[in-house]
Amino acid sequence: MSKIIELKNVNKWFDKFQVLKDIDLDVAPQEKIVICGPSGSGKSTLIRCINRLEEHQEGNIIVDGTELSESTKNIEKIRAEVGMVFQQFNLFPHLSILDNCSLAPIWVKKLPKKQAEEIAMNNLKRVQIDDQALKFPGQLSGGQQQRAAIARALCMEPKIMLFDEPTSALDPEMIKEVLDVMVDLAKGGMTMIVVTHEMGFAKEVADYMIFMDEGKIVERAKTKEFFENPKSERTKLFLSQIL
Amino acid sequence: MMNLIAKPSKANIKTYVPIGLFFVSLSFLDVFVNAFFNLNLMGFLPSKLNYFLPLILGFIGFYLIRIEFSGVRFLDVLNKNINSNNLNAILTLFTIFIIIKSIPPMLDWFILEANFAGNSKDDCTGDGACWVFIKVWFNRFMYGLYPDAEQWRINTAFLILFAIVGISFFVSEKLKKYFILFLVFVFPFLGIKLISGGSFGLEYVESAAWGGLSLTFIISAFAILFCFPIGVILALGRRSSLPAIKYISIGFIELWRGVPLITVLFMSAVMFPMFLPDGTFIDKLIRVLIAITLFEAAYMAEVVRGGLQALPKGQYEAAKSLGMGYWRMNALIILPQALKLVIPGIANTLLALVKDTPLIFVVGLMELAGMIGLAKTNPKWLGMAMEGYVFAGLVFWVICYAMSRYSQNLEKKLSTER
Ligand SMILES: Nc1ncnc2c1ncn2[C@@H]1O[C@H](COP(=O)(O)OP(=O)(O)OP(=O)(O)O)[C@@H](O)[C@H]1O
Ligand SMILES: [Mg+2]
Repeated sequence: MSKIIELKNVNKWFDKFQVLKDIDLDVAPQEKIVICGPSGSGKSTLIRCINRLEEHQEGNIIVDGTELSESTKNIEKIRAEVGMVFQQFNLFPHLSILDNCSLAPIWVKKLPKKQAEEIAMNNLKRVQIDDQALKFPGQLSGGQQQRAAIARALCMEPKIMLFDEPTSALDPEMIKEVLDVMVDLAKGGMTMIVVTHEMGFAKEVADYMIFMDEGKIVERAKTKEFFENPKSERTKLFLSQIL
Repeated sequence: MMNLIAKPSKANIKTYVPIGLFFVSLSFLDVFVNAFFNLNLMGFLPSKLNYFLPLILGFIGFYLIRIEFSGVRFLDVLNKNINSNNLNAILTLFTIFIIIKSIPPMLDWFILEANFAGNSKDDCTGDGACWVFIKVWFNRFMYGLYPDAEQWRINTAFLILFAIVGISFFVSEKLKKYFILFLVFVFPFLGIKLISGGSFGLEYVESAAWGGLSLTFIISAFAILFCFPIGVILALGRRSSLPAIKYISIGFIELWRGVPLITVLFMSAVMFPMFLPDGTFIDKLIRVLIAITLFEAAYMAEVVRGGLQALPKGQYEAAKSLGMGYWRMNALIILPQALKLVIPGIANTLLALVKDTPLIFVVGLMELAGMIGLAKTNPKWLGMAMEGYVFAGLVFWVICYAMSRYSQNLEKKLSTER
């Protein structure tokens, strides 16, 4: 089966501190991967390497057939295909929700404004905040903001979506509305890599689970197996703490 | 006996407030009639008491009306802002007394005893200001030594400018864009051509003859127009990840920030031509303009950098993750937010720029303040420095205040944290 993301032997350092150690990871189209692990284990760094918000020093990262390296001229083209949702939403506060969503399609994909806004409205409808389109991010609740951020990423019609703890900055009552949107997205066939500690969500949508610790992938297993029969002691310990 | 001076409170508000207000009014009235009519109402009292009476009366009055949470809105606002404690009350009284006391002499000098009629210094017989000076020299103060017969060209240029700006407020957003493009890229050069002449059958007027308030405007406008984009580029350059660009930007900024403007101007006029190849000549005004522009651009760069640094890293990452490159990210996401954050700082720099223009006198160019400096040394008009500089001060104040208000409005308009 062809792979849409391939990481081979990836190593990364922040100065002398090694954050990623010999990471190997394959993702097939439409696969959903959930990454978990203790704080500081390198989960964010790993998925940020996939759209090159962080640079790796050793190994290969191949996204949709293009290898990411120093000399990758069209990194912007790859980023346009890889949507990212952040823990802190990172909406553009000076633009309305509609403009947040239509800006990149207009300026990066060069779509006509009208078409871009149509796409934006469709995606806002999909995450059920089309009634907030003309408001500014500061006027929305956390859950609404995160859904807007998901819609913004979807407007680029990405092949892959990366989520870095999308619900951990949210109040408990808003987590569900965001997870619902993500489940819906998963059912639609999107390729997703999600860093999260929402194990209910993981059990529902993930094909594979990845457990990371100290920069290494400690365990990678089918979801059912991962929860019912984890192999490594480290994973067992972690699961016992979190479940 | 103790009950007689009970603490002012809601219980005795009905008696204390009228009495208090009466005392305060009495104290203001005393100062007022003293200042305006030279009357001493309380002259019958011993001189020391008489002198301090307004203060004592006002103090007691303010004490009596200082009722917390009185429920009367006017009283609450007053107490909170100018009467929150005894010291505050005294400071308030002093401030008000000084204002009342200073009005009559100011009024006298500016208007009542001032001279408006006539056309020479000898017509100024009153004790107040000799506004005749301003009247006679007004044309020079506005146009410098620009020939009278050609001044319509300056007027036309500014009329066109105001007309375009005026109309642009009423046209649609789409048209407005073209208006702004025209104002920034076409009009400045059109206007300068109109004023300098030399073609289209217009007589050439050399820049040495330009002057007065119109020159203040021309220099300010051009310097603002150019220093802003250069400053933004320098600010971005200073944060660039390319070492060459970064260190060139830092070097440029620190060089220009470290030298006084007056030195820069002097060098632009005297030293710069020495480095030019023989036979080339750059107009003095242009050299000065370049000097002021680069000087202010260095300050602008630091102001803008402050805004860039205030933005969270997540904004850059979000823009990048949507596939935006360096220029799109900066133009669409980073600069709009950063510039909005530093509007007060930008306004500050631009106000300073306008107020720095008089320094061009060191190279022999005379804008408004320079022309006044020239006029006051005219043998027929000696002793008019006060009138001249008060006039210049007022004009600069009006310009700068207008700019300041505009920047505040802009800030309000662009605010999205409603
Ligand atoms: N820019 C950086 N410079 C230096 N060290 C960094 C940087 N970013 C992250 N680190 C370090 O790298 C390690 C991994 O960080 P990372 O953010 O990937 O962890 P994480 O698994 O996402 O943790 P969390 O669950 O807390 O988000 C941490 O020890 C962190 O301190
Ligand atoms: Mg993280």
